[in-house]
Amino acid sequence: MKGVIYTETVVYAPPEQFAADAPYQLAIVTLEDGKRLTARVLGERVAIGDAVEMAETRNHIPFFQKK
Amino acid sequence: MRDVAIIGIGKTAFGAFADRDLRSLAVEAGRACLANANVSPSKVEAFYLGNFAGPSFVGQNHLAPYIAGAMGIEHVPCTRFEAACASSGSAFFHAVSSVASGMNDLVLVSGVEKMTSQTTPKVTEILAGAGDMMGEGRAGATFPALFAMIARRHMHQYGTTREQLAAVAVKNHANGAKNPQAHMRKVITMEQALNGKPIADPLTVYDCSLVSDGAAAVLICPLERAHEYTSKPIVVKGIAQTSDHVALDEKDDITTFRAVKEAAQKAYKMAGVTAADIQFAELHDCFTIAEIVATEDLGFVEKGSGGAYVLEGKTCLHGERPINTSGGLKAKGHPVGATGVGQLCDLVLQLRGEAGERQVARHELGLAQNLGGSGATAVVTILGVA
Repeated sequence: MKGVIYTETVVYAPPEQFAADAPYQLAIVTLEDGKRLTARVLGERVAIGDAVEMAETRNHIPFFQKK
Repeated sequence: MRDVAIIGIGKTAFGAFADRDLRSLAVEAGRACLANANVSPSKVEAFYLGNFAGPSFVGQNHLAPYIAGAMGIEHVPCTRFEAACASSGSAFFHAVSSVASGMNDLVLVSGVEKMTSQTTPKVTEILAGAGDMMGEGRAGATFPALFAMIARRHMHQYGTTREQLAAVAVKNHANGAKNPQAHMRKVITMEQALNGKPIADPLTVYDCSLVSDGAAAVLICPLERAHEYTSKPIVVKGIAQTSDHVALDEKDDITTFRAVKEAAQKAYKMAGVTAADIQFAELHDCFTIAEIVATEDLGFVEKGSGGAYVLEGKTCLHGERPINTSGGLKAKGHPVGATGVGQLCDLVLQLRGEAGERQVARHELGLAQNLGGSGATAVVTILGVA
């Protein structure tokens, strides 16, 4: 799955169940078919307009990374 | 349809009250409201309660009769409304409908939340439940994160700046400092607001509303009977509730709240006014970006210029259109279920000319905008002097 970053943030104050992950980057990705998906970002930080691709899924959470 | 009037208001202070439970807060606000209109509890024909997450925050369900009974309101319909942070705005919308229709005459509408008995991570988790827990929530989206993503996109599309976001916080704290019932009565500087602890980029702690305990209540009746209870009835000129997708990623354009735009247009039409006629407003500044977006969606300014509008001082206490003279959710506090009715109490104070140090010069027509989640519920209410 490929797409482009529509918007993003870095979360410093996580909900209880994600305390161990913080800080983590969260993004809304516009996929090639035009649909949007909320995902985590793996590796290098991304910005609006960056091309990304799905790297893996963990516990039903899609992880995208910079292409 | 009958015209509806607000004849009484009552509010607790908003804050962190370790020694207060949910019911005692709601009872205090309800009793103050009934006393304000000199009405005994036995006269109340229905009780509408807004509460977001009492069951999660304090483990109590069946809240409406639980609270009503403690106030001496019995044998009448008592119902809880849940619409995230618009819970009591929604309760008010439905209560107004019942009085307008002729079903009821005297209806008490209340909102309450008791949040501070939980840790911040737990509160964050409970609040996240107002989003889509099968999508954004599962990925780790908090409410600050959702509004941070709205802010990022707004900055990208319209050139909105960090300084413009911070200007909302500085203004609302300045107002809150003058409000004896505000959670945080502290003036902050632009420098402080720009250098707060990061919560979700680009939002810092100063961009986020407060986790608060509190309750608020209003009593309504048909306008034709309002003179029996008060010499200063406040009329519900226009009101609308609308909805949109719960998940942020299902919205076409996240820099606008479609539900707010639609509710505003309906409310303006019902009131027979335009955005330009609104003299002052209480807007849902759960995050600084939310107030900026609201000023645009309500038609106070053109899309994309909400940031400049606040930074130029147009919305400060003595500006051309004062916004959040109460201090807003930012400084007054945000006990989520109480917020919608709390906003109405603050409008009524201004309209009656009872806002003290915060009193605005022109106070015949005011607007409240209450938002649920990241825009899935919106309630817009326009109140005016009779």
